[in-house]
Amino acid sequence: MTTHYLILSGLLFAIGAIGVLTRRNAIVVFMCVELMLNACNLAFVTFARQVGNLEGQIIAFFVMVVAAAEVVVGLAIIVTIFRTRRSASVDDVNLLKY
Amino acid sequence: MSELWLPIIMAVPVLGAIVVALLPKGGDKLAKQVTLAVSLVVLALTLVMAFQFPGAAGDRFKFEATYDWIPTFGVHFGVGVDGVALVLIALSAVLVPIVVLASWHDADGVKTADGTVVAPKRSVKTYFSLLLVLEAMMIGVFAATDIFLFYVFFEAMLIPMYFMIGSYGGAQRSYAAVKFLLYSLFGGLLMLVAVIGLYVIAGKQTFMFPELVGVIQDPATQKWLFAGFFIAFAIKAPLWPVHTWLPDAAAQAPAGAAVLLVGVLDKVGTFGMLRFCLELFPDAAKAFTMPIVVLAVISIIYGAIVAIGQTDMKRLIAYTSISHFGFIVLGVFAMSQVSQAGATLYMVNHGFATGALFLAAGFLIARRGSPHIADYGGVQKVAPLLAGFFLIAGLAGLSLPGLSTFVSEFMVMIGAYSSTASGSGAFVVAAIVSATAVILAAVYILWMVQRTLNGPTAEPVKAFKDLNAREIWVMAPLIALIIGFGFYPKPLLDVINPAVTSTLTNVHVDNPAIAEKGAGQ
Amino acid sequence: MESPAEIIQHTAGGAIGLSWLMIVLPLLGALILLVLNRRTDRWGHLLGVAMSLASFVVAVLAFVELLGLGEAERRQAVHLYEFIPGMVDMGLLIDPLSISFALLITGVGSLIHIYSIGYMSHDPDRRRFFAYLNLFVAAMLLLVLSDNYVGLFIGWEGVGLASYLLIGFWQFKPSAAVAAKKAFVVNRVGDLGLLVGMFIVWTSFGTLAFADLGTKVGTASDGTLTAIGLLFLLGACGKSAQLPLQSWLLDAMEGPTPVSALIHAATMVTAGVYLVVRSGGFFFPEGSPQALAVAIVGAATLLAGAIIGCAKDDIKKGLAGSTMSQIGYMMLGAGLGPVGYAFAIGHLITHGFFKANMFLGAGSVMHGMNDEVNMRKYGGLRKHMPITFVTFLVGYLAIIGFPLLSGYFTKDGIIETAVHHQPVLGWLAVLGAGLTGFYMSRMVFMTFFGEKRWDKDAHPHESPAVMTWPLIILSIGSLFLGGYLILSNRLMLWLSPAVGRPEVLPEFHFLSTPGLATLGLVAVGAAFAWMRYGRATVPVVAPRGSFLTTFARRDLYGDAINESLLMRPGQWLTRFAVYFDNRGIDGLVNGLAAGIGGSSGRLRRLQTGFARTYALSILIGAALVTGALLLVGNI
Repeated sequence: MTTHYLILSGLLFAIGAIGVLTRRNAIVVFMCVELMLNACNLAFVTFARQVGNLEGQIIAFFVMVVAAAEVVVGLAIIVTIFRTRRSASVDDVNLLKY
Repeated sequence: MSELWLPIIMAVPVLGAIVVALLPKGGDKLAKQVTLAVSLVVLALTLVMAFQFPGAAGDRFKFEATYDWIPTFGVHFGVGVDGVALVLIALSAVLVPIVVLASWHDADGVKTADGTVVAPKRSVKTYFSLLLVLEAMMIGVFAATDIFLFYVFFEAMLIPMYFMIGSYGGAQRSYAAVKFLLYSLFGGLLMLVAVIGLYVIAGKQTFMFPELVGVIQDPATQKWLFAGFFIAFAIKAPLWPVHTWLPDAAAQAPAGAAVLLVGVLDKVGTFGMLRFCLELFPDAAKAFTMPIVVLAVISIIYGAIVAIGQTDMKRLIAYTSISHFGFIVLGVFAMSQVSQAGATLYMVNHGFATGALFLAAGFLIARRGSPHIADYGGVQKVAPLLAGFFLIAGLAGLSLPGLSTFVSEFMVMIGAYSSTASGSGAFVVAAIVSATAVILAAVYILWMVQRTLNGPTAEPVKAFKDLNAREIWVMAPLIALIIGFGFYPKPLLDVINPAVTSTLTNVHVDNPAIAEKGAGQ
Repeated sequence: MESPAEIIQHTAGGAIGLSWLMIVLPLLGALILLVLNRRTDRWGHLLGVAMSLASFVVAVLAFVELLGLGEAERRQAVHLYEFIPGMVDMGLLIDPLSISFALLITGVGSLIHIYSIGYMSHDPDRRRFFAYLNLFVAAMLLLVLSDNYVGLFIGWEGVGLASYLLIGFWQFKPSAAVAAKKAFVVNRVGDLGLLVGMFIVWTSFGTLAFADLGTKVGTASDGTLTAIGLLFLLGACGKSAQLPLQSWLLDAMEGPTPVSALIHAATMVTAGVYLVVRSGGFFFPEGSPQALAVAIVGAATLLAGAIIGCAKDDIKKGLAGSTMSQIGYMMLGAGLGPVGYAFAIGHLITHGFFKANMFLGAGSVMHGMNDEVNMRKYGGLRKHMPITFVTFLVGYLAIIGFPLLSGYFTKDGIIETAVHHQPVLGWLAVLGAGLTGFYMSRMVFMTFFGEKRWDKDAHPHESPAVMTWPLIILSIGSLFLGGYLILSNRLMLWLSPAVGRPEVLPEFHFLSTPGLATLGLVAVGAAFAWMRYGRATVPVVAPRGSFLTTFARRDLYGDAINESLLMRPGQWLTRFAVYFDNRGIDGLVNGLAAGIGGSSGRLRRLQTGFARTYALSILIGAALVTGALLLVGNI
């Protein structure tokens, strides 16, 4: 039975999404994004199991690779912003607007 | 061999443009000389081609060359000229060297009334490079026998002109350039839709014009496609009420660019009406004749009246052109041999006449720095030569008999009056109403002449120098052409007439009276 | 009535075959003088005179050659080249009518060229003046020699251009510039008539050549002919300063005096008469309403011109009013059909002589009086300018119709024919003759008789020989030409191949009722003028005068009517149109642009810069897409 896994995946995704929307600290936002990615991974793997082939599991690996790359770039950006602005709050970087 | 003429004539200015653009910095003078030389080569080639035209092989289109371009969609690089296209290509080839010579200092910046100079945004050599690119596209747009290729040139022409206005124009150049571009793009998009529609509905897997003539039979389809083409051409021409971009663009553009804009680019609109609107969609053209003739007559009278009230010389000339384009559209849609031949002749003559007027006005403005008529007075006394050329150009603008514009205006009006096309009663009214423009034309030209050339010499005008040798060489050929074709228009008409006849055949209008006369003489 | 002869194609060479030289020579002169510019300053005037004289010689040779042909062969068409293929060919028609005009234009024209050498000798732009004069001669010859209406129209507008350039010759004077423009614009109103008339001719008959029209006109309805006739009459009114398009002629006197003599008296202003007579056989059949309209316009103008002439103190404007009036006589004659054509053309020719004579005489007076034109500042000049006085006197006697002088025969011919065919108009013409006697006598008395009323620095002197000789030659023409042309119907017989002639040739009566009445009225007019301006002292400052005087001084309020009826509304219309274009059409365009710009400005406020807002919109978007897919049921 895979229903529980899927529910867990949905919950994790919701938690992550709410975190992205409500938290100000860039690191926390970043961790919530990771949480959402992993929720997706869980869903993929679950479906792969349910359908009985390997494609979902392969995609999970792809997501992990992308997430790793994202961590590298994202953390670098956050560190740079922190160095220049002395803050890790996402609301302080709002210059890129209209 | 004959199929190489047009590709070569188009390739020469493109190569010239590349050479000019690659010249080292600071070689402004060299850039001007190279541009002049290239444009003269193009002129020479065009003239040789034109003289070979009567004897060349081919039924209607001669010097045809067709190469595959996008085979999947049946798009060809197809070029070829009939009489109408030939005279317009010749017009472009004649005007470009003159414009190069006239705009020798245009790209150096535009002087304003208080003596300051509006600096150009781009370098001198870019201007001349753009000029050559524009020449290639002008020739291409008239030579294209593939509708898709025509569309590409039609739109691509905007690019060099946009930069010429926007980077080298007067104080309000960016407003004028954007207005020009948006208007033209709007029309162009409608035309693109119609072009694609034509391709899909015709189902012939080709964009070649000769193969698409007479293919669309359904009247409703014809009307929709006609509208797409016509709106684009009406904006280009420009016809009332979509004309307001022209005064702005012409007033802000440097004089040379204004000449090409009004003298050649706008002719693409009326050329397109004659070639594409009429021949591809004859039934729709007939159905829409009345409203279009009404718009044309409004343009004629309205343009003339608004021209009378202008205080800016270049805007005034632009409005006179709107009036003249009304005549051309009237001639095209009056659907008679005489009126359409007259309209085509008008396109050529108007290019020379308005070109001369814009350039003479440009010389005045270059001396005084102001386009306002009120800033002048008594130029005749200090610069008689300039005043004389300005006067003759102005007289050509009011279609004085003996000057080339009269022949064409006369043919358009008499052709409209005597048209046997359906609703000929309306053409009689249109001809009479438009004939009143001869009075209005006298008012707008002579009043401008009176306020600029005549009267006591204004203080700032006293320092005017008369034309120098370069400027004389700019004006003299145009004036000679205006007077020459005024008394002997036959060479042009002999080329134009067969093309117009085949247009009328495709539109299924026959003019027995004229055909008989033409054969009899 | 006998109809005109057939037009035959000229094949032999000779002077007729070379008649195009008549036009080309002065045109070449104009071209050389204008292109070579200041380089020709020293000899330019001589070239101008030479070209005009050469043209005269060609005209005389062609005339002699024409005389040598039989009457049926005296209409020779000379084909030049194809002008508008399938529509019209350029060609010349040499027939008695056109060659008469050509002789008048080149003959009187050459005399005026010669006179101008002296008159313009102090002007730095004399060369340009001669260039324009040559241009005028060429255009005028094209007008009268052309064998089709398009060529005629080119000449028609060409003379208009020359007139424009010459009226505005002293363009630095704003009044001259305005007068030149006015002349051109008013003429264009007339040209509109001619233009639309040509549309109808081409549409109805498929030709614009005189030779083809003769055979085709019979097929047209009366309505078509009337329309064409009235439109051509409008054209004639413009060029010949007939009511209601008369207003430009008086202002045209701003030009140098030789111009007034050549263009605005002897030749160009008579082009309207030429047009009516030339088209007479086609579009003005005898007794048709359009012919009657021509006669009525003529009669009205001859009175209006005479009334204006009575009140003018400016000698040139007085003569201009007189010109209007005399052309009115010609139009009246031309409106009577073939019976009147010979008299109209005869009066046109003699008028060309005596009016040019008087204009040049006036120029000679002005030359001696520091360019003063106000007759109230003349007086007693006969002793100081004897030659000018005598020649002017001859012109004066000719125009008032003094027995046996030129004007007597030609004007009396018109009056008698008119009384016979259109009694009312005829008696109006008699009345006009009386007015002529008054205003011309007034002019002579104010200028040459009475006491001196000169400005202090005036030193009147006779003009140089180069100016007086043309006066003498013209006055000889004014003496005898009329009698020669009219007696024994010489002119009528000569012109008949071109314009036809009545069955019964008129006889000239020396003692007819209208003739005697005319003479009586002229004598009364002259006597009245003697009482007012000869015997009595003429005040230097013009008295206020009666209502009638003011009416005449203001040119019968012609300008005021034009001003309030045409110019003011025109200016309002123009202003409204410009406003509508800028605010209405362009306002709409700019408004649309501003509207799009404004809404996009509001829309872009959504881009707040907060990353979390964007995240929320992505989430909502994803939810909406998912929801939509669920609704459609594809999942």
